[in-house]
Amino acid sequence: MLPMKIGNGMAALWREVPVCEMAEFRAWLREISETERRRIAAFFAVPDDEQFRLVAVAEDAGGCGFALCSVRVCRVYPALSGEIAALQKFERLIAERDGLVPEGHPYLQPVRRLREDEDGRGFLAERGAAVHDVAVGPVHAGVIEPGHFRFECVGEKVHSLEIALGYQHRGIEAMLAGGPDEKTLHLMETADGSSSIAVATAYARLIEALSGIAVPAETVTLRAIALELERIANHVGDLGALAGDVAFLPTASFCGRIRGEYLNMTAELCGNRFGRNFILPGGTRFGLDAARAGKILDWLRRVKRDLDGALKLFFDSPTVLDRLENTGRVSRETALHLGAVGPAARASGVARDARCDFGWSEYAPYAACECVTEETGDVLARARVRLRELEFSHRFLDAALAEAVRRPIEAVRCDSGIFPAADSIAVSAVEGWRGEHIHVALTDSRGYFEVYRMVDPSLRNWEMLGMALRGEEISNFPICNKSFNLSYCGHDL
Amino acid sequence: MANPTVIWLSSFLLSLILAPLLPGIVNKVKAFFAGRRGPNLFQLYFDLAKLLRKEGVFSATAGGFLQVAPPVSLGCLLLAALLLPHGLVRSPLGFGGDAVLFFYLLGMARFITVLGALDTGSSFEGMGASREMQFSALAEGAIFGVIGFIAVFTGRAGFTMLPADGGGEWWSVHAVSLLLAAAAFFVVLMAENCRVPFDDPETHLELTMIHEAMILDYGGPDLALILYGASLKLWMYAMVLMMLVLPWSICGTWLGMGCTLGGVLLTAVVVGAVESSMARYRFLKVPRMLVGALAVALLGIFFRLVFEGGIQ
Repeated sequence: MLPMKIGNGMAALWREVPVCEMAEFRAWLREISETERRRIAAFFAVPDDEQFRLVAVAEDAGGCGFALCSVRVCRVYPALSGEIAALQKFERLIAERDGLVPEGHPYLQPVRRLREDEDGRGFLAERGAAVHDVAVGPVHAGVIEPGHFRFECVGEKVHSLEIALGYQHRGIEAMLAGGPDEKTLHLMETADGSSSIAVATAYARLIEALSGIAVPAETVTLRAIALELERIANHVGDLGALAGDVAFLPTASFCGRIRGEYLNMTAELCGNRFGRNFILPGGTRFGLDAARAGKILDWLRRVKRDLDGALKLFFDSPTVLDRLENTGRVSRETALHLGAVGPAARASGVARDARCDFGWSEYAPYAACECVTEETGDVLARARVRLRELEFSHRFLDAALAEAVRRPIEAVRCDSGIFPAADSIAVSAVEGWRGEHIHVALTDSRGYFEVYRMVDPSLRNWEMLGMALRGEEISNFPICNKSFNLSYCGHDL
Repeated sequence: MANPTVIWLSSFLLSLILAPLLPGIVNKVKAFFAGRRGPNLFQLYFDLAKLLRKEGVFSATAGGFLQVAPPVSLGCLLLAALLLPHGLVRSPLGFGGDAVLFFYLLGMARFITVLGALDTGSSFEGMGASREMQFSALAEGAIFGVIGFIAVFTGRAGFTMLPADGGGEWWSVHAVSLLLAAAAFFVVLMAENCRVPFDDPETHLELTMIHEAMILDYGGPDLALILYGASLKLWMYAMVLMMLVLPWSICGTWLGMGCTLGGVLLTAVVVGAVESSMARYRFLKVPRMLVGALAVALLGIFFRLVFEGGIQ
């Protein structure tokens, strides 16, 4: 049986999603996970009479978008993670959420719920006189999100790192069921506050697909402008934080200030520094007139000069390069194996970027799409991917804003209400600054969400951090962690 | 000519009073390089005043060392301070091998701090203690390289003989060897006082800390003692550095005292500038730098003996 093809931001009828045999399904998924241009985007369970349907959404870069396939299982089924590592977290989520038991799962630990034992039973443990545990968190020194990290160390060397999250679990996916309603957009924008624009865009595209709303090209461009501003602000913040962690003070301070400038530009664009309440299903809350486009454009060019200076200082400093090079390496094989996405995957040489892979029309007129990759997969590579993406984002914004000065963009809003189609499924992907956000929605017979799954890039990337630390000095954990800068709340939802 | 004892005593008291100014200067310089305004120059004085008004809280699982460590450690530092030739005047307590005693009193202060850290049973403090011991053991080599240099100059492993050895031609004759010794000692100063690139006094990341990790459990007056001790230690290292670089012809005068004080404050400015211009080393590189400092100190001795005319 062939999987169903569906474009990015398109909808299809749920009953058209094919059901195949377990052996076929398994072979199909294995083939996907072994191909660079393809990857598993989402994997979830849908109740189906007494049984369940396991639905897999695969991405096909360069193809038309997504491929969907499903299989019927009972409450206990043979785990797929044993041979397909990228599925391990999805299977744990299904076990936790729907109560299915993946038999033979190599690491069936909770994902978003806390472990019942608090004294560390259930964590991987090595034996030996020289081995010691270092437990960090969930409460950290500094105002950051909670997560528990457990290192198995021999002296200063880390043998393994186990990451236990779930402290930020708010039950967002459960709250989304029965929507969309007036709360939905707010839930989206706060699912991961640092990626509000990316998540809201993914949601808006999904609703537009389900409701058959066509959005004008200028509105799509306006959303992309907001998205790139979000990317720049966060990349700048990350590079500054990395400088802070290696105690390279000038860049740390400058980037902190410059990040604020980009957030203020976002506020100039839409009234909120984090782009909240700007992107609506069916359009955007505000347009962009020539005066504001011109103001942001000048501002952008002015700040870019400061940014270039601060980053040149950082990337030209031998002590900084020495510190970042060969730290926290993740090989290309490992990144592929784990199904990693975003800048972290690109730093390991895996060319995955939803902006390029799905032929996004909004970038095409302004800047040639460019999937930035590095070879080494170390902290320096992850920093350099960000540096080079900043260039691309500025190029795009420069062209898009200059065009907006010539031809102002009107606000487009769908005031008549949105009416998602019944019994349908839709998938959308947006490349946020951490990687691709995948949203999948399944509607019931009245057009409300029956199942809504958000796959944050962090969900697919946290394991990479664990692998980066293997054999690494424990004192390098903070800069490794910062070089990924994954989301806790986006993971925990 | 002023009474040397008066100079020594006033200089000693000034050292005790002005020591908390050094971290303030370092932070101001760092803020300048980072384009920020930075904390108040006298911030540490305010912090000390605040901490002394609080009361200490100790973990119930820790033993006695945790509480004993701060006062004992500060006591060792004060004792060491008595041995220094303040204002380039030999200390009334000085003797032939006082440099050795000086550095071992500092070592004693460290030892008791490490015991206090291990006493908490925290894995962070244990890691910090282990790193502190490892790096200080290596720094000791460089320190003794410098003491050896002093011994070659003066014939004794002590601070006592330095000022007595006057003469205006130090810098014209011995510039190379003095510079080498001073450079080696500056590296030790940075390492022993937990400055970037060896340690990062600003970090909040427990896993990367060295010295800071050991004092995580302290608060209130005990933390005040530790912070004051740290600033005094930086002051004393800067003074030893001044002894190496200042022309000894001015010793025993008010000018000598003024130059020492000014030099110490200037050292803080240099420390701040160095900290602002480089990233922190990874741990594996720290031992290399410290052994490198030893090599530089030995090179200084070599130059002194071979090119600058033997032992006097």
